[in-house]
Amino acid sequence: MNCQQARPLIDFYADGELDAARILELEKHIHDCPACALAWRNAQTLKKSLKQEALFFTAPPELRRAIKTELHSQVKPRANFWNWNWLNAVTTSFASVCLALLLIVTLARPSAQQQLTQEIVSSHVRSLMANHVMDVISTDQHTVKPWFNGKVDFSPPVKDLAAQGFPLIGGRLDYIGGRGVSALVFQRRKHVINLYIWPAKEKDSKPASAIPIQGYNLIHWSQAEMEFWAVSDLNEEELVEFVQDYTTSPL
Amino acid sequence: MLPYLDAAYNLARWLAGNDHDAQDVAQEASLRAFKFFGSFRGENPRAWLLTIVRNTFYNWLKKNRPAEIAGELNEEALAVEDISANACMANLHQADAEMVRRAIDELPVEFREMIILREMEGFSYKEIADLSDVPIGTVMSRLARARKQLQQSLGGEFQAGGVK
Repeated sequence: MNCQQARPLIDFYADGELDAARILELEKHIHDCPACALAWRNAQTLKKSLKQEALFFTAPPELRRAIKTELHSQVKPRANFWNWNWLNAVTTSFASVCLALLLIVTLARPSAQQQLTQEIVSSHVRSLMANHVMDVISTDQHTVKPWFNGKVDFSPPVKDLAAQGFPLIGGRLDYIGGRGVSALVFQRRKHVINLYIWPAKEKDSKPASAIPIQGYNLIHWSQAEMEFWAVSDLNEEELVEFVQDYTTSPL
Repeated sequence: MLPYLDAAYNLARWLAGNDHDAQDVAQEASLRAFKFFGSFRGENPRAWLLTIVRNTFYNWLKKNRPAEIAGELNEEALAVEDISANACMANLHQADAEMVRRAIDELPVEFREMIILREMEGFSYKEIADLSDVPIGTVMSRLARARKQLQQSLGGEFQAGGVK
């Protein structure tokens, strides 16, 4: 690979859009070529500069209010209520309701996995809504870990990823899948990451790819006889980064 | 849709360039999203809402500031990057938010939106292509060009400051 070929790939690599074969070639070239190494560093610096929290605009409260007011004042469109052929309408809707029920009963029985992920998303949303993200507020892993003693029947591995840009902000008890679990709370910019931990029933598994549910991303893995579920409204790329940092950093 | 209002406002604010117009665009887009939410079949409500914000913004732009829509962007100019020009490339340093903000604001709006969607919202090339209704190759070339301009203005500003 020469510079002419390498240079356009640097952005793709930084964006996580380069295929594995070319990553190897590009890394080798960057290693050997100081000019392209500089271009690679610059690409990363630029990326960091653009992701500063101060650059994000949050919606002003008056906008939120204006939208709510507008929504409430919108009158529901009046249906052509009296022109219906009643008998037809009733028969058709009865038939479709029956069909729908039948379909729901036969097809839509959620799997155990679906139920669990739904429960995790609900718990995540609830924790944000009720302003009950944390029971113990501390950025110190050595305060958070002992706090769980006697509250759950296991000792969750608590790590602080402040250095990697995911500061630990606290912990919480929660109830998922019929048992008490520990939830660690991390932050990236204004996004909250809930990391649920409980003893695993199965063997270790590598982090699976992110499952999107209602706009949230979930990543599951198990390690050292513990089961982990990370959930956040953070984009997939950064949540994957979080999971990588968590699984690789020492206790 | 209100959970994604921050994302909607952020995009509108970067595109429109000021709070007042951004609020107008974000509000219209959110109301439209509510109205059509019943017909939404996709998987990613955030991408869907931002698509609406983007379309609302361009309609608004056509009506209010038609001059800002670049008739023809010279997309091909960057197709072949001139490596020799980079021979004296400077070491880019992390710039403070104010400097970065100015540099982004200077980008043509079609490039600015690519940077916001990629770097702040974290969408993939494919998602950006779907969202903004341009081919994926165009997404890549616009991003490359936007970044080149950003690096130039940030690097340049840094050097000027350093010499003084």
